[in-house]
Amino acid sequence: MNRRDFLKNTVKGVAGLGISAAAIEFLNPKDILANINKDTAKVRWAFLVNTYKCVGCGFCVKACKQENEIPYDANVTRTWVERYVITKDGKRYADTPKGARDGFITTKIEMGKDKFQEVKDEDIQKAFFVPKLCNQCENPPCVQVCPVGATYQAPDGVVLVDRTWCIGCGYCIMGCPYGVRFFHPKYHTAEKCNFCYHRITKGLKTACVQACPFGARQIGNIKDPNDPITKIILTERVGILKEEFGTKPQVFYIGLDREVK
Amino acid sequence: MKSHVFRPLLVVIGLVVIVLIIRVFYVPKDFGIHERGYMYGWYREGNIEEWKTQVKVKYQGKEYCSGCHADKVQTIDKTPHAVIQCENCHGPANDAIADHPSEQRPKLTIDKTRGQCLRCHSKLHYPSSGRDKIRGIDPDKHNPDIECVMCHNPHKPSLEGLK
Repeated sequence: MNRRDFLKNTVKGVAGLGISAAAIEFLNPKDILANINKDTAKVRWAFLVNTYKCVGCGFCVKACKQENEIPYDANVTRTWVERYVITKDGKRYADTPKGARDGFITTKIEMGKDKFQEVKDEDIQKAFFVPKLCNQCENPPCVQVCPVGATYQAPDGVVLVDRTWCIGCGYCIMGCPYGVRFFHPKYHTAEKCNFCYHRITKGLKTACVQACPFGARQIGNIKDPNDPITKIILTERVGILKEEFGTKPQVFYIGLDREVK
Repeated sequence: MKSHVFRPLLVVIGLVVIVLIIRVFYVPKDFGIHERGYMYGWYREGNIEEWKTQVKVKYQGKEYCSGCHADKVQTIDKTPHAVIQCENCHGPANDAIADHPSEQRPKLTIDKTRGQCLRCHSKLHYPSSGRDKIRGIDPDKHNPDIECVMCHNPHKPSLEGLK
């Protein structure tokens, strides 16, 4: 055996040993074909936000923090409310002080640390609140980039984080075009809204939906044609955030505006 | 065959074998490629059940409260505050409280601060949002130094409620 052959064989041998059993299984084309379009799940959770109804009270954010044990004073939240104020001369202001945990109680708009902008009532063209949360995308980039399979999509469409597997690399936080992810200050793992998975799977509403006094938030099963939110999504004009990214968000908005990013 | 390549190579092969052996024991059986293939379906299936069962429900809702406090719920149901869940002001009625026998049950912490009322009642002129339709005050001018609950009963918010 000459050196060339020896090295060739060695490389082949080591490469062969390195392939895990799971990888060989995956390369079977039959399995791949069987997995395509195998969408037999009866439940697909979706969310509907009505921005006309939201008053920016922030009860949803407060309830979410308490329900999901996100440290109350840490500046991270699973859901938050943004305020948009557009003036008659075309200027656009947006803020979300502490994620609107304490609601919007002043006309002053936060423009950075200790910087505030006052907008006079008569200058306002339109102003509204937009609640945001994880979009539970149909093609979630965060799941795609997770190197260890810690963030994943459950068969009913909700993207969950496996805290025992998350290595805290932060790829998912960088991969999310909506910026809905953060590190949990206590567990030090990637954290995000999971539609209160422990509640919806027991037939309850999410904490934010329950806490909202004005019905601005709703959750339902988009696979069920009789579900009230499915009816609205199918028959009314609803929008999604950042459609151009192709992630197919399952959080729909009534009264979305081009100012909302 | 005696070569300077052979011995380090043995070490490398040995390491690969050790990693593969550890992997067999360390990775749980339910970790693998699921419904949506390698790109989206690579996870530990058992975690779904963990999220469903190990996380406790804290917010119970108004009906839960009315089980014992039917009178309070009936009073508030006649006012515009009927839309507000009890726990938005009283704090979540979680298991930590419900599990206690009634005589030792810790009290819920009630949020009576001014900020709690201003969440909705600080007047903001925001057309194209529900906020515009709520009766509001200017927090800097309307009795700025005292809590709202000094004059207004949250369960019966109109001033007639004081009588």
